[in-house]
Amino acid sequence: MFDLDRWQEIFQTISKNKLRTLLSGFTIAFAILLFTLLFGIGNGLKHTFEKQFAGDSQNSIYIRSGNTTKPYKGLQSGRQIQFRNDDSKFINEKFEDDIQFFSPNIERFAQASYKGEQNQYTVRGVYPDYLPLESAVIEKGRFLSVLDIKNKVKAIAIGRLVEKDLFGNLSALGKNIVLDGLSYKVVGVFSDPGGDNDERFIYAPFTTLQGIYMPNDELDRFGLTFNPKLSNEEAIAFSNLLTQVLKEKHKVDPRDQSAIRVQNYAEGAKNVQQFMGVLNIIILFIGIGTLIAGVIGISNIMVYIVKERTKELGIRKALGATPNSIIGMIMMESIFITALAGYTGLLIGVFALKGLGDSLEKYFILNPSVETYVVVGATIVLIVAGTIAGYIPAKRAASIKPIVALNDE
Amino acid sequence: MIKIEKLHKSYPIGKGSLHVLKGLDLHIKEGEFVSIMGSSGSGKSTLLNIVGLLDNHDTGNYYLNGQLIENLDEKKAAILRNKFLGFVFQSFNLINYKSALENVALPLYYQGIGRKERNKIALQYLDKVGIKDRAEHLPSELSGGEKQRVAIARALVTNPKVVLADEPTGALDSATTHSVMELLKEINREGMTVFVITHEEDVAAETDRIVRLKDGIIISDEKVQKKSNRISYV
Repeated sequence: MFDLDRWQEIFQTISKNKLRTLLSGFTIAFAILLFTLLFGIGNGLKHTFEKQFAGDSQNSIYIRSGNTTKPYKGLQSGRQIQFRNDDSKFINEKFEDDIQFFSPNIERFAQASYKGEQNQYTVRGVYPDYLPLESAVIEKGRFLSVLDIKNKVKAIAIGRLVEKDLFGNLSALGKNIVLDGLSYKVVGVFSDPGGDNDERFIYAPFTTLQGIYMPNDELDRFGLTFNPKLSNEEAIAFSNLLTQVLKEKHKVDPRDQSAIRVQNYAEGAKNVQQFMGVLNIIILFIGIGTLIAGVIGISNIMVYIVKERTKELGIRKALGATPNSIIGMIMMESIFITALAGYTGLLIGVFALKGLGDSLEKYFILNPSVETYVVVGATIVLIVAGTIAGYIPAKRAASIKPIVALNDE
Repeated sequence: MIKIEKLHKSYPIGKGSLHVLKGLDLHIKEGEFVSIMGSSGSGKSTLLNIVGLLDNHDTGNYYLNGQLIENLDEKKAAILRNKFLGFVFQSFNLINYKSALENVALPLYYQGIGRKERNKIALQYLDKVGIKDRAEHLPSELSGGEKQRVAIARALVTNPKVVLADEPTGALDSATTHSVMELLKEINREGMTVFVITHEEDVAAETDRIVRLKDGIIISDEKVQKKSNRISYV
């Protein structure tokens, strides 16, 4: 296999028969190129959809309150429903197993300033659990801690863009920002895949904000994520039950749609997941289709090549080539060309995708790319196919009597 | 060198079969220069193919270099061909993308001889057949006579026991024919057994022994009466 002389013989055959080599190489390179491009564009579509729903955790549920629209149990309609701390406790205790992260939430629009720079931001009072709920990631420092909550510390975590707005290129970590006249220390900076809006939030300890902005123990809303082990149906059932129980607790008509509103991403996620599933199947189908086309192409070419070379093989046999050396020669050629051409197609495809980049974003194609293992796998499939495709005609050619091969014109 | 006893060969044609060789007996000794004559269909090519281990026979015995040829698989046949036999074909059968030198060196490749060594040997044989200066040319750049010389060099390069030539002059004009036959004669004079198949009386007359074949049977086998090689004294 690693006989230098044998390789020299093969290189000569390849280089002296350029058209043949080019034809077979082109087919394979083209198949891999198409495979890479189609797969990459398919992945680009997938990325777009992922991004659309990347703002919040896929399993998040938000609960808001409003005014009743129906009279119920002797109570008039138009009554305002107000969540309080005991609701937090109630929900957490009742659904301990179903909840992954949970945070009550106070939201205010506040004037923020730092050394003359100032701007309006949404300030949220939250618990440490809120970070995963938003799918946010800490870039610098830390997020709010349990101690911050307990001690009602004036500490804040700010979005990446808040830092940029107020501090320019300087680090905000450890600096004090004034919010509505009160000074807060920046303990962390976070980024959020949800986009610019989500990166202009400021998070403060829930208890701190409750003490400042809310009378007593009132709060605005709840955010939670359900246990990811729940199936989609179970998650929807869970949120329905949650709604029902809360309505009961606050004496709201079960049919009242506005007094207590539960927004469950699971319902939207269900459609998205179905769509993504279909998209995945389409991509897979395209990929397999391209590969099959490539395999058929190689097989055809190998049959043609061996047919064309019948006489040459006959001469070689007359001069003392054994059947095995004939098979070996054809297969090594086949594997060499397939591997080289496959790799070329792969490189062109990957670079083309890189070149495309995000330029097709308006066609819903974002960062089209392929996983390395997918293309390498595809190339290996083609090489194996090329080998098999080469083996069958090579075996046949090797078993033709030399005299028949010599008479082949 | 070649001994054939009661050799039979038939080819299947449709439902029946064509009986091509009908019990040949032939003995060719080492160093002989033999021609097989016959019109087309006489079975002469079939005989050469069997002798050349390119085809197998049905019944009878064939001894090559004292070795009984039977139950040969392709691999064994290939090794024996490489070791004992050199072929010269009517249509030259050179590999068109290889230079003259590489064509001559190919049998040595299948003997596992290194590239440098086999090119050296091949060049010697090209020199021997008188076209050393054409070594780097492709077959398409050579004349018919030159191509056949390359083929002869290729047949000789492994230093075989027998050179088998199938209508070696069939594609050549008469002047070239004569020079190719002279070359074969010279090789024979050096001790090589040469076995030529032809349908041309002129070509056969250049050999030492003519075996005539008709309808798969040897009808005559005689030494050629050589014209005196002596210079006529005036």
